[in-house]
Amino acid sequence: MALQLTNRSKVVSNKEQSVSEKLYLPGIIKGMSITLSHLFKRRATVKYPDEQRPRAEVYRGQHVLKRDDNGAERCTACGLCAVACPAEAITMESAERKKGEENLYREEKYAKTYEINMLRCIFCGLCEEACPKEAIFLTDRIVDTEFERDDFVYGKDKLVEKTDKRIDVSKRQTLEVAAFKKLPGLKHNTMWDGKKQIKDKH
Amino acid sequence: MKVTIDGIEIDVPKGTTILQAARMIGPEVAPPAMCYYTKLKTSGGYCRTCIVKVTQGSTANPNPMPKPVASCRTEVMDGMVVQNFTSPEILEARKGVVEFLLINHPLDCPVCDQAGECKLQDLGYENGSVKTRYEFKRREYDMIDIGDKIKLHMTRCILCYRCVKVCEQITDGRVHGAIHRGDAAEISTYIDKAINNDFSGNVIDVCPVGALTDKTFRFKSRVWFTKPVDAHRKCDKCCGKTRVWLKGDEVLRVTARKDQWDEVHEFICNDCRYDHKKTSDWVIEGPSHISRNSVISQNHYEHLNELKLQALKQQKALGFMNIDKRP
Repeated sequence: MALQLTNRSKVVSNKEQSVSEKLYLPGIIKGMSITLSHLFKRRATVKYPDEQRPRAEVYRGQHVLKRDDNGAERCTACGLCAVACPAEAITMESAERKKGEENLYREEKYAKTYEINMLRCIFCGLCEEACPKEAIFLTDRIVDTEFERDDFVYGKDKLVEKTDKRIDVSKRQTLEVAAFKKLPGLKHNTMWDGKKQIKDKH
Repeated sequence: MKVTIDGIEIDVPKGTTILQAARMIGPEVAPPAMCYYTKLKTSGGYCRTCIVKVTQGSTANPNPMPKPVASCRTEVMDGMVVQNFTSPEILEARKGVVEFLLINHPLDCPVCDQAGECKLQDLGYENGSVKTRYEFKRREYDMIDIGDKIKLHMTRCILCYRCVKVCEQITDGRVHGAIHRGDAAEISTYIDKAINNDFSGNVIDVCPVGALTDKTFRFKSRVWFTKPVDAHRKCDKCCGKTRVWLKGDEVLRVTARKDQWDEVHEFICNDCRYDHKKTSDWVIEGPSHISRNSVISQNHYEHLNELKLQALKQQKALGFMNIDKRP
């Protein structure tokens, strides 16, 4: 006797079929009625991408590197996201801001290259949590499909938000984060010339 | 002389300070120190982070000292009883000291090259409060280039005077010192005069914060992405024993070797520090010891070879992977 895992197995027999079983009709009707009943039930699927399911406001999808209200990149290549990343998906190289680039980069150091390998990324959001400059956020966008593996390594061209197409992440910022941002004396609350306090909406 | 620190008794020679005695016992009782440096004479007494409570002056005079004392400048007496971490009063006072040290310190750790090996970061993390109560404009200075290899961010300076002592005692002909007084004091080279001495680079190593940084390493990488290894080379100016910080096969920077109190073993010369940035220049001894609590220990496997050998031995003992008997 073979090893029995459950007691639901049925023993096959060569018993002769009854008349109703020989007709097959009751069986067919029973099966068709199940199929028919499903025609009138709500569909389990949606026609993606024409139709999309609602996603949570704090859905963890494709990352964005935010700019501040003046259009300068917030990221200062501090490397905290990369060290927090459990999948080691983030790499970056830093560079020093030159004179005249103050409108491009907010701090004296900026990320020359910033890459996220979307195949490695597990979308846990720890980079967002680690970021001291409110620069990286996950958004409710879904990462595109690609044909080549290399194309999943997103550089600054894909990650940094466009100045004319801002991405709203205000929903991701909790009350505590907002309160912390308003602390006076924090350098990232002042503009690059160190004079005016900016009111950050994003 | 017998002295008791946090309930642990130790016998020390005459002339030992409380801080040194505490360090002899170990890190569990040693107070933090930002300005005191064993290898620099007359250092200490500025930062006040090493304050301790003396509950009994000596056997001869068992009265307690009225106020917390700076342990780096107070010598032990026979029968002295000292409280450091066991005294809530001292912990509270130290928290205040940290708050004062941080009053003018900018919150630019994400930009600062010292982040990850900064003593003020550690101190603030261990003893400070989470939020600042300071609401006024912080002291700001322009960056100064001291020679072409050292950058001085006066904004980050906590005025520990270690660099001044280095220039005074390790190098000859001091061109670097502190000007003005009190709150307005600043480290200066007397009108940006370059330090051309062979040992001037050591001011980078002694600086507990990111005020003096290596320009050849500026913004190259965060320290925790680099791999520190102990290495040496033949040098006729210094001992040649250094710590080389690698990223891949690239030498990003060279520093002196530091002990558990973050003090250098031996000062190194500028030749070793700035001009030998190739792996072939160095004889690499092995990975440096990094504290488990440090962020630099991320992906840092000090005993990797030992671990590998151990695993291999175990596997062999269990009969897996009979490497020797493979045809």
